[in-house]
Amino acid sequence: MLVLSRKKDESIMIGDQIEIKILAVEGEQIKIGIVAPKTVKVHRSEVFEAIQAQNREALSASSSFLEQLKKK
Amino acid sequence: MSSFKGAYKRMKIATKFLGEVEISEQDILTFEHGLLGLEDEKKFVILPIDADLPLAILQSVEHTEIGFVVAYPFAFKKDYSFDISEDDRDQLQIEKEEDVLTYSIVTMKETFQESTINLLAPLIVNMDKKCGKQIVLQDNKSYPLRFPMRTLEGSAK
Repeated sequence: MLVLSRKKDESIMIGDQIEIKILAVEGEQIKIGIVAPKTVKVHRSEVFEAIQAQNREALSASSSFLEQLKKK
Repeated sequence: MSSFKGAYKRMKIATKFLGEVEISEQDILTFEHGLLGLEDEKKFVILPIDADLPLAILQSVEHTEIGFVVAYPFAFKKDYSFDISEDDRDQLQIEKEEDVLTYSIVTMKETFQESTINLLAPLIVNMDKKCGKQIVLQDNKSYPLRFPMRTLEGSAK
């Protein structure tokens, strides 16, 4: 992993179209601004983890659910 | 009845919910990137359920245990809408809206009332090109990861 130190208001370029800017540092929390083309998707990584977990949970549905539906 | 037989190979697969099902090679949908957390699972079929509900089954062709209940999201949330990014449109070779079907993965609980559908990461399927993808929408309140199913708002399908 490449590690760079940045101060508030400094930024990093990824390629020539993506800019990551440090907007504020408040204790443990860091505000980051991201300038990127619309085609680049930016998500908090927890979102991906939550979706993966949800997919796994959905998989654990028992195969008898169809009968339950019919009983309804 | 059409007599146009033999053009596509038919095969039997074991499914998680429906026992053995005969499918045609042309029914197989390719999810090039798999699903989130199941990146190696690339070949699926969508199977109808014999019930008066806006639900279907997404079944892996290769692994019996990989089967999901999926829902037509618009039946549960009428105003559900989102844009498909240009990248995803290219990847799924989407030319017109009519070719696209949207499904949401259902997390089935003990009762239908407790069950939820995933509106944050819908499955986009190009029925014409037989390919699909689980896309991730921008995280916000209109796209809950766990949307309660109990509100069957729209018309079925």
